[in-house]
Amino acid sequence: MPDLIEIAKGLLESKEVSFIIGYTKDRFGRVKPYIAKSVEDANNLMFDHHSIHNLAVYLTRLKIPENGRVGIVAKSCDIKAIIALIQENQIKREQVYIIGMNCSGVVTHSTDEWKKENIQIKCKYCADKAPMLYDAVAGTAEPFEQPDDTQEVLMQKLETMSSAERWDFWAKEFEKCIKCYACRQVCPMCYCEQCLAEKNQPQWITTSPTPAGNFSWNIIKAFHMAGRCVGCHECERACPMGIPLTLLTRKMGMVAGKEFNYRHGMAIDQPTLVGSYNFNDNEDFIK
Amino acid sequence: MAEEKFEPKVVAFVCNWCTYTGADLAGTSRLKQEPNARLIRVPCTGRIDPVFVIKAFESGADGVLISGCHPGDCHYNTGNFHARRRWTFFKELLNFVGIDSTRLHFSWVSASEGKKWVDVVNGVIDTVREQGPFLKYKEIKEHDFQEIEN
Repeated sequence: MPDLIEIAKGLLESKEVSFIIGYTKDRFGRVKPYIAKSVEDANNLMFDHHSIHNLAVYLTRLKIPENGRVGIVAKSCDIKAIIALIQENQIKREQVYIIGMNCSGVVTHSTDEWKKENIQIKCKYCADKAPMLYDAVAGTAEPFEQPDDTQEVLMQKLETMSSAERWDFWAKEFEKCIKCYACRQVCPMCYCEQCLAEKNQPQWITTSPTPAGNFSWNIIKAFHMAGRCVGCHECERACPMGIPLTLLTRKMGMVAGKEFNYRHGMAIDQPTLVGSYNFNDNEDFIK
Repeated sequence: MAEEKFEPKVVAFVCNWCTYTGADLAGTSRLKQEPNARLIRVPCTGRIDPVFVIKAFESGADGVLISGCHPGDCHYNTGNFHARRRWTFFKELLNFVGIDSTRLHFSWVSASEGKKWVDVVNGVIDTVREQGPFLKYKEIKEHDFQEIEN
């Protein structure tokens, strides 16, 4: 298996890509996103179980040359986001050179050790650890013990509650929201140039962090992820108030799977779920 | 003072081409219906952004009804097919956060179904009346006003 740095050097030397979006370690040894622009820069690239960030978010935030190509270091969950962006016509397949990483699960905090208890929630139910779309593969995956899916337990608990109890649960969670929009900024699928939350004529979502405004913001954010979320769990990681946002997005993903047998970000030529329709869709709930 | 009887507020988002015309037919046919529904006419069910529904609840609605053309009858050919997919997610999402199917209703009513419209709207109003006022949402909304005042 060729090394990540070797691949990166080759790409930058031959000028096949204009830059590579990857990970590096800062002077405290913490992993952070990094853009390698030259062959020397490529030496700083790295990948380990602390490389938690979904770098696909930069593909819509950075200026990518129209006819050029950029490299990106991506785990399987990030590759899903890249495929989703291609599906939604945000980037072209030719514009990205995907360096797929064989992933052995990531841990949430930079100080955490790579062990069963610290593995992130998304890895607990990750079905595809090997890259599914790539131009090169690097790294070796070490088998790891899958921890218990605590989120699913909570999810089932919520499902058995009454609506009033569920409301109370979410009212308490959303109360914490400070409307920092970190969940939106970090989300690779949130690429609208003008977000609904910023529209003020008419103003759909109250801008102040008040309970009703928080409720509408979080519901609308979750709804906009319906059938689109790839499950990278970046929103929940970025949330400074610790709101379990992925419960909502995972629920939407489960509906997509159950009702339409669909998963977003699996094939670049597949039409998006909410952008298409079928004559035979289920309509039991409509009178 | 005698306690006032609770009359629910129901917001109905209806499509211009089928349900609105159907409701019109109910009116011209002199069919009696309960007066609690406020109709909001939109060009097509595909025009109904779920944020409208959220806003309706936020503004004090006790229930919401969404109604449009039967599948295949859409004036714009595919508007209601797209809408149907969206609602599948939306109703599940609202149910997951505690607004269940007693508050949010969907129906297909064509321009000739004046009678069906009356039945649907009466049914919805009765269900919502049974549930009582949507106090939970009003509570968080009240909180907003208090915060602005302080």
